[in-house]
Amino acid sequence: MKYEQEEQVMSGLSGDARRVKSLCFVKFAEILLLESIITETQKRISNAFDVFDHECNKTVDVREIGTIILSLGCFPSEAELHDIIAELEDEEPAGFVRYEKFLPTMTKILLEHKFRPITEDLLLQAFKVLDPQKNGHLEPEELTKYLTQEGESFTQEEIDEMLSAAVDPDKNVILYKDFVSMMTFDDTR
Amino acid sequence: MGCGVTKSTQLQLKPCNRGNISVPAATAMRAALLIQRWYRQYVARLEMRRRCTWNIFQSIEYSGQQDHIKLYNFFGYLMDHFSSANSQRNLVSHMFGDSDLFLDMEWERHVCYKEIEVPDIYTGPHLFFPLTISNVTELVDAFKNKQKLHARYVLQLLGKTWTLLRLMPNISHVCTCKHKEITICGDLHGHLEDLLLIFYKNGFPSAETPYVFNGDFVDRGKESIEILLVLFAFLLLYPHDVHLNRGNHEDHIVNLRYGFTKEVLGKYQVHGKMILKLLQKIFSWLPLATVIDQKVLILHGGISDKTDLNVIAKLERHRFVSALRPLKRRGASARQKDAALEPDGDDELSAGRRRVQSLTHGTPLRFRPEFPRHSVHSESGRTGRSVEQELRERRRLAGLSLSSDSDPAQVLETDADEWKQIVDVLWSDPMSQNGCVPNEVRGGGCYWGPDVSQEVLDRHKLQMLIRSHECKQEGYEFCHNGRVLTIFSASNYYDVGSNRGAYIRLGPDLIPHFKQFQSSRSTRELTLRQSVGRTELSALQALRMQLFTHKSALIHEFQEYDPQCTGVISVKHWAAAVEKVLRLGLPWRVLRSQLVTSSTQDGQGTLDYHHWVNQLSVIQPSTEIANTSLLETLYKHHSNLESIFRMIDTDHSGLISFEEFRQTWKLLSSHLQMDISDKAISDLAESIDFNKDGSIDINEFMEAFRLVEHSRAETEAPPSPE
Repeated sequence: MKYEQEEQVMSGLSGDARRVKSLCFVKFAEILLLESIITETQKRISNAFDVFDHECNKTVDVREIGTIILSLGCFPSEAELHDIIAELEDEEPAGFVRYEKFLPTMTKILLEHKFRPITEDLLLQAFKVLDPQKNGHLEPEELTKYLTQEGESFTQEEIDEMLSAAVDPDKNVILYKDFVSMMTFDDTR
Repeated sequence: MGCGVTKSTQLQLKPCNRGNISVPAATAMRAALLIQRWYRQYVARLEMRRRCTWNIFQSIEYSGQQDHIKLYNFFGYLMDHFSSANSQRNLVSHMFGDSDLFLDMEWERHVCYKEIEVPDIYTGPHLFFPLTISNVTELVDAFKNKQKLHARYVLQLLGKTWTLLRLMPNISHVCTCKHKEITICGDLHGHLEDLLLIFYKNGFPSAETPYVFNGDFVDRGKESIEILLVLFAFLLLYPHDVHLNRGNHEDHIVNLRYGFTKEVLGKYQVHGKMILKLLQKIFSWLPLATVIDQKVLILHGGISDKTDLNVIAKLERHRFVSALRPLKRRGASARQKDAALEPDGDDELSAGRRRVQSLTHGTPLRFRPEFPRHSVHSESGRTGRSVEQELRERRRLAGLSLSSDSDPAQVLETDADEWKQIVDVLWSDPMSQNGCVPNEVRGGGCYWGPDVSQEVLDRHKLQMLIRSHECKQEGYEFCHNGRVLTIFSASNYYDVGSNRGAYIRLGPDLIPHFKQFQSSRSTRELTLRQSVGRTELSALQALRMQLFTHKSALIHEFQEYDPQCTGVISVKHWAAAVEKVLRLGLPWRVLRSQLVTSSTQDGQGTLDYHHWVNQLSVIQPSTEIANTSLLETLYKHHSNLESIFRMIDTDHSGLISFEEFRQTWKLLSSHLQMDISDKAISDLAESIDFNKDGSIDINEFMEAFRLVEHSRAETEAPPSPE
């Protein structure tokens, strides 16, 4: 509704009615917005699913589901991921996930922002915490120790791959601030 | 944070040994968790990108193969129904009639390498027969140093290989003899570096180190002839310990399109054609499969529900010179046969995947050009030969010689069955669903499911099938409950960093052990992120080129969605239109922002399509060719055109006459149901004939469209005495 028309309608109402009316408008706008968000979200889910749907029959190998979920922008822990997948997997035949099950589950996860994103700042904070002396860098061995012994440990392959990108070749340390900026820059591409 | 940590959550103080400040354990744990979670998500997003890129390359590759096969279906149709125009018929028979197809014995005399002198200034490797291991090692080293083997030695080597192959059965049986390990390699596709890497890691072939090479030695990579020469040399040295299986690329028709023919002609300007002719025979004599310990079957593509190794073992494999060349059929009865073979319901499009009739399922109705049909009898009246004689002659020319006293109709049916067995073996791919359906994406062979694997393998009392034919990111992949294994040995197949290669070591326990590798130093130094980025760019470039070739069709489709000619359509319609034209089954909406760098969208889900299409321009033809839509059409069909050109240029001189060029174009345009005037073609031909001598240099023609692969310069062999 155009602003002028709205004004006209509004001026004809009492205070409470006006408040209710504007709440309705807001709610309506919200619903429209939400609907378009849902559609957009579902489109993203569908696209991501299709990439791994090799036979074009709306099923994906269960071993690839983790990648799809993560690539849609959420940050569950390994354990949480494991739980989601267990719920999604077909019983008979095992080993596959069907789109009909995946879509509602994933939509819910994304819309509820269930797994809070890890921003650049937060990530930087994490690195800083491991560098209490504020050297501005970390030794590869240290970081390796933390990441392979704490939390949900990295495999050898994961830590190798990360170090190959993170370690500054000249100084042989991890300049974590640069590393974080470089990696998060990719997101904006 | 709500995370279910499975490790112990005891609060232990694990001070980090840096100075006096230690990080409390709980904090360290939380920080580590955060970093791990973030990193895993990052890797997943990279994997998604990589997979998209892969899909792009694969779609383009397979749709290219499909195109190629469509073209040959068309020629097959022409062969069955002789065209009316005398000149056109001559062109077709000129292309397909192999007037110098000698009988085997005559051929041996014909391939006379002895007259070829090796000049003193030749610095390449010399071969002495019978070959010795040191001679072969020298050969390998010479190739490593980018030297070229003299044509005389090439022909000599090929001649001996051919003689040897004729003694081999269709299916080789190999034994691990309780102690040996056999090495199995997949597609090599001209990647000599990968073969050398395998030899380096695994050792040269020998009695103690037997090898099976599972086809597709040539095409795409730039050192296909070198790979063949090395493999054949080892085959001659150790005929019981080196086994070569034929792949779908060991086929001269496929080679016309995918680079091997070009490579040989470029490297051997004087003797290239003879080498190619000899290779044609060698390819047809390559065995079709290998069986290890009667338990493991190794062949290039795959199987179908009709696969019968007993049939395969008994057929005459050399008769099937090319798996693409359709079998000759009689005039009238062929038409009936076609009708019987054609399924009802025409090419319905599945979700984006193009459907084309496959080779073994009859000629597609859709691709029949409108030639007025003359019966066989009226044609033979003109030539003065009887129908029977004419047919026999054509069959002979097509490479299928039949004895005159066998019942033609009956023999043809057996031929068709045998042909299907071979095509299935060379072209099929596995799928995860049960059943067996024609492989429409490739255009040949079928897709077979786990139930077919079980049935066929059990029927033959086999444990496992090892095949190649499909590129896999890790170089190998199991499917069908571990009964089918794909092995692929050409690393960086799509582009630098796209995939690893692998090979298998199989001992008497018949449990496969894998060794992976990736050639080229630069890939090892790239991080995952960098290699994904590079491959992605390359795929997007390839995709942009595909889009460009369909410019007019795209604009037309866009306009369908824009009746008021505003120049703007919604992204949703844009995606639908693009898919309708290209039919690659790709996620266009996701790709859109990456296809064109500048923003052509006004942020509200709409797109200025004219601007977008203009942004796709990738080529600037260097010659002044006025008619731009003709240019675009030619560009779109350049691979097909090139294949046709090379077929017409039977003496491989690199030149074709105006008349041949014109006829080629007419053939293609009627096949594609396009209307291009004779004048336009003549004008074009003249404008391309730069030196005005009445003939067109094929390479110059292609150059005119700047269709030069970035590494083409490297393939131009330095002038050296042949």
